[in-house]
Amino acid sequence: MTGPIATVGNVLLGLLALAMALTVARLLRGPSLPDRIVALDLLATIGVAACGVYAAVHDQPVFLDVAIVMALITFVGTIAFARYLEESGRS
Amino acid sequence: MSLPLIPLLCAILAGLGALLIVIAGVGILRMPDLPTRMHASSKAATLGTALILLAVGIWFGEAAVLVRTLLIVLFLLVTAPVAAHMIARAGYRGGVPLAEDTALDEYRPTVTRDAAPRD
Repeated sequence: MTGPIATVGNVLLGLLALAMALTVARLLRGPSLPDRIVALDLLATIGVAACGVYAAVHDQPVFLDVAIVMALITFVGTIAFARYLEESGRS
Repeated sequence: MSLPLIPLLCAILAGLGALLIVIAGVGILRMPDLPTRMHASSKAATLGTALILLAVGIWFGEAAVLVRTLLIVLFLLVTAPVAAHMIARAGYRGGVPLAEDTALDEYRPTVTRDAAPRD
């Protein structure tokens, strides 16, 4: 893919990659378990946005289905983590 | 000569969305404690993702794709507050410390009264 669409798309993907790098830094640094869960949640949200941009750049609407599934599974995972935290009482 | 209005609109929407997501990334790295980090990440990232997906839906110009992206946006807007609420409550009750210069904590009395019969 060439042309202005690809350029704009690559700039957007670069910005999303920067945000992902910052989030991974927080994920590695912690310091508490909820901080890491928040970072994972944000990482998946950025992934949904990246799926959308990728679908537009490569003209493949199928990637939007990937984004739907990613959003669904992330929500369930975050809820499960939060329940686990609350039941176990640790942080 | 006509301006390419729809690509321009999509680029502006998606650019704003990407900037919001970068702000969320900076916020989650730089903020001092758990609630302020969630304040940065959940709202800014949800709005940024919604803007990007809206731009993608307009860009394809098909009703089926637009409906799909709007579905994702609706789902994100419904689930993000629920997830953020649950993590914040679990973190607070689990004893994650607040920042040094926290001025007001209105949740503390509620928690001690609420948690007393449980222990």
